[in-house]
Amino acid sequence: MTSTSHGTSLVGADSSSAPAGPVLDITDLVVEHRREKSRELFRAVGGVSLSMQPGDTVGVVGESGSGKTTLAMAATGLGPRTSGKIELLGRDLDTLSKQQLRALRPEVQVVFQDPHGSLDPRQSVRSGFRELRRLQPKRTSWTDDVALLDQVRLGPEMLDRYPHQLSGGQAQRVCIARALLMRPRLIVADEPTSGLDVSVQADVLDLLRESLADSGASMLFISHDLAVVRNLCSHVMVMLHGEVVEAGPTEEVLNAPRHDYTRKLLAAMPGARWREKR
Amino acid sequence: MIRRILIRVAAVLVTLLIAISIAFALGRLSGDPTASILGPMATEGQRADLRAELGLDQPLLLQYFDYLGGIFTGDLGNSLQFYQPNLTMILDRVPFTLQLVGAGMLIAIVIGVPLGVLAATREGSWWDRAASALALLGQSIPVFWLGMMLVLLFAVQWGLLPAGQSGSVQHLVLPALTMSLYPMAHVARLTRATMSDVLREPYIDAARARGLSAGSIVWKHAFKNASLPVLTIVVLQAGTLLSGAVAVEYVYAWPGLGQLALQAIQFRDFPLVQAIVVFGAITFVLLNQLVDLLHALIDPRVR
Repeated sequence: MTSTSHGTSLVGADSSSAPAGPVLDITDLVVEHRREKSRELFRAVGGVSLSMQPGDTVGVVGESGSGKTTLAMAATGLGPRTSGKIELLGRDLDTLSKQQLRALRPEVQVVFQDPHGSLDPRQSVRSGFRELRRLQPKRTSWTDDVALLDQVRLGPEMLDRYPHQLSGGQAQRVCIARALLMRPRLIVADEPTSGLDVSVQADVLDLLRESLADSGASMLFISHDLAVVRNLCSHVMVMLHGEVVEAGPTEEVLNAPRHDYTRKLLAAMPGARWREKR
Repeated sequence: MIRRILIRVAAVLVTLLIAISIAFALGRLSGDPTASILGPMATEGQRADLRAELGLDQPLLLQYFDYLGGIFTGDLGNSLQFYQPNLTMILDRVPFTLQLVGAGMLIAIVIGVPLGVLAATREGSWWDRAASALALLGQSIPVFWLGMMLVLLFAVQWGLLPAGQSGSVQHLVLPALTMSLYPMAHVARLTRATMSDVLREPYIDAARARGLSAGSIVWKHAFKNASLPVLTIVVLQAGTLLSGAVAVEYVYAWPGLGQLALQAIQFRDFPLVQAIVVFGAITFVLLNQLVDLLHALIDPRVR
């Protein structure tokens, strides 16, 4: 499937003609960078491979510093990559020009960890939507602003708000709405709830789950929280020190963990002890 | 809201009062003006007559309140050397200084801002080095020296532009260029610094992830957010220059406020010096208020 990327023209870049192969195919990805002070080479991601089929929701779990975010950024072509091959929606990132990569962006939307940080402080909700509509008039014409806000359970009064007038949960919903507006085939969510109040986290996760069910998009979900991943993801990948220690269908991995680290993570899950005793 | 406005107005008035009082004190500290007006041959009697005529024989406090009252009724006194109301003379000169400062700031912005942006988006490149060099040179080259060098090259050597005085666009080129260098350096340095901060913000990554073009990320998202400090500096620099473009105006014999201030000081024309200082203070305070107002208009967080 993916071999079509060799020498094929990318001019007709609409989603309908895209191959039905993996939405994201990573082979042996390595990301290294120099530590700022010691100047020593640090391997943030060491030889990770991953293949996501359409409709998959893959959870990447691991503690902070395990290379999850670096992986996600490299996978979307936003972050650096030392070696390895990445095929995003069937296109090899190495063969894409800047323009072609930019044309691919609407299909792959990223929801970041810090919702306030990822919104321009001088841009109202409405003008944020407008910017995307101007960028992709056809792709975004399926809904209007009010319906879109309704979809992320926000009222129309939010349209004229600026980021500083939104709560964390509201800001993240706006970010999700912006992602949904583009009708992406892949959503990359980098700890989208870790900056939010616990009471809001569940709402936002529900929202993501519903949106995925509606749109049929795939999702790469970065989290340190196994409970959330179990709830949301069809597949899970456990990372430690930049390497994958275990991967597979979520239930399989979590019910019969093979690696010590996965067991450790499971034991740290809230309610784990209680379940054992029962 | 009304309370905030009242507090703001009170603060402005107090600031002005302090500035006006300092101007008054400076006028009294610079020696006896009758000596320079009447010359060394005048008798003590003639001097005493002149002092009485100017009101200098009155108690200091009375002079001060007289002067304050005058300012609030728009009377800035009369010049000792030109025998004209100070205000009229100042207002005659303001258009020239405005021209000079306006043109100078325009050049500073048109070159400084893009250079700063280029330097920030291409850190370590030749653009970046050019911006650093400009910032260093612009803030260390003395204005009068630059002025003389430009005159030497463009007026004396090549005969392309007039060496001084005013009247046409050609006359404006060299003084405006000379005046622009310092603010240009400041603007370029500040633009580079704030832009490179903003470009590291997560919303810039987010904009990239959405597939926005590099141009719209740099100008619509990054520069828009980096522009406030730059705007502040531009307005405040303009304020400083409005009341004191002395060196440039002197080098180019430009008939602006700075030139007038110089003449007033040389002649110990203390009412005129005072009037110019008061005028400068009012301009500066008002421009400061303008900056705050612009902040509120531009930045939704300040509103």
